[in-house]
Amino acid sequence: MDLRPRSHPTYLAFVVHRVSGLLLALFLPVHFWALGSAIQGEARLEGLLRWTDNPLAKAGETVLVVLLAAHLAGGLRVLALEFLGWRARQKDMVAASAGVALLVGLVFLFNVV
Amino acid sequence: MASAASLTVSVWRGGEQGHFARFDVPARENQTVLDVVTYIQRELDPSLAYRFACRVGMCGSCAMTVNGRARWTCRTHVRKVVGAGGALELRPLGNLPVIRDLVADLAPFFDKWSRARGTFQPKEAEEGAVPDDFAIVPPASKQRRQADAGIECIGCAVCYSSCDVVAWNGDYLGPAALNRAWTLVNDVRDGARRDRLDAVAGDAGCHSCHSTQSCTERCPKNLDPSLAIAGLKRTLFWDTLLGRR
Ligand code: SF4
Ligand code: SF4
Ligand code: FES
Repeated sequence: MDLRPRSHPTYLAFVVHRVSGLLLALFLPVHFWALGSAIQGEARLEGLLRWTDNPLAKAGETVLVVLLAAHLAGGLRVLALEFLGWRARQKDMVAASAGVALLVGLVFLFNVV
Repeated sequence: MASAASLTVSVWRGGEQGHFARFDVPARENQTVLDVVTYIQRELDPSLAYRFACRVGMCGSCAMTVNGRARWTCRTHVRKVVGAGGALELRPLGNLPVIRDLVADLAPFFDKWSRARGTFQPKEAEEGAVPDDFAIVPPASKQRRQADAGIECIGCAVCYSSCDVVAWNGDYLGPAALNRAWTLVNDVRDGARRDRLDAVAGDAGCHSCHSTQSCTERCPKNLDPSLAIAGLKRTLFWDTLLGRR
């Protein structure tokens, strides 16, 4: 794919929104599986939660939270564009969205680890 | 930037299938991309096909893909876009059939303007007759300002050829046609609002736009088709929700 015509901030915002959405969709079955294990008894859930304490799973969780935040921020961008008719501030919005996503990820990382 | 004494210009030759031909063109202090193409056609290869008319950014006929981006060539200075070592790559506009060399076929582009009901339909005079009275449209009214924001489109198809959704969905009306429809939706003298909103709704219309804003980014007239499309979406949303259509 030729990147030259696509290298501008709002295109990147679109890609981040789409990719984060797809990755979250891929994660969803795992999420349900984990929830399902809660039904099958406390011990299993406890075991699973214990497992998520390992650093790799923690890192994965942080990525997940950043993805969620990024997807949420991207959604807010589109809503602002479509319902409020934002225009010149769009670029700032993209930057702010990225900032919020990162911030949420970091807060999660420092609070929880 | 271009301190090289000559430009190395790769120019698309042929139709859909074709190849790049290389030309050396003397670099000048002040030179537009269209000047370069004209030089090639006049001095080096008279068989080169390209299109232009006004040379001052009014007619919209000179757009091409310059170093990967769609641009109006008559108002694009070489020094602003030239690559390292004086390299220029010229192709016809993307997302359109190629007629020959640098000439793209704009028929599908303009067909979509009519599919988006891009023609003004006088309210009281359906047959196109001149209405009895002048319509009074206050310049400061919201609708007038929204129409004004999109009215200067020159139909160059730069936005259309920069839009990925056009490439993905052959039926998609595209940014320029939708921008045109939005100016008419805001025209209080127009009587075809309902039909037009029907025409621009759905999969081929505004709801396919992904808000990547490449159109807005590239429009040489600094219009904001993406904003116009958002306006259409918003209007359709409220009209549908409130049972107005
Ligand atoms: S904002 Fe919509 S119309 Fe404009 S380039 Fe992106 S997808 Fe195409
Ligand atoms: S909206 Fe801008 S880029 Fe698109 S056809 Fe009109 S002038 Fe050209
Ligand atoms: S030649 Fe008319 S816009 Fe470029």
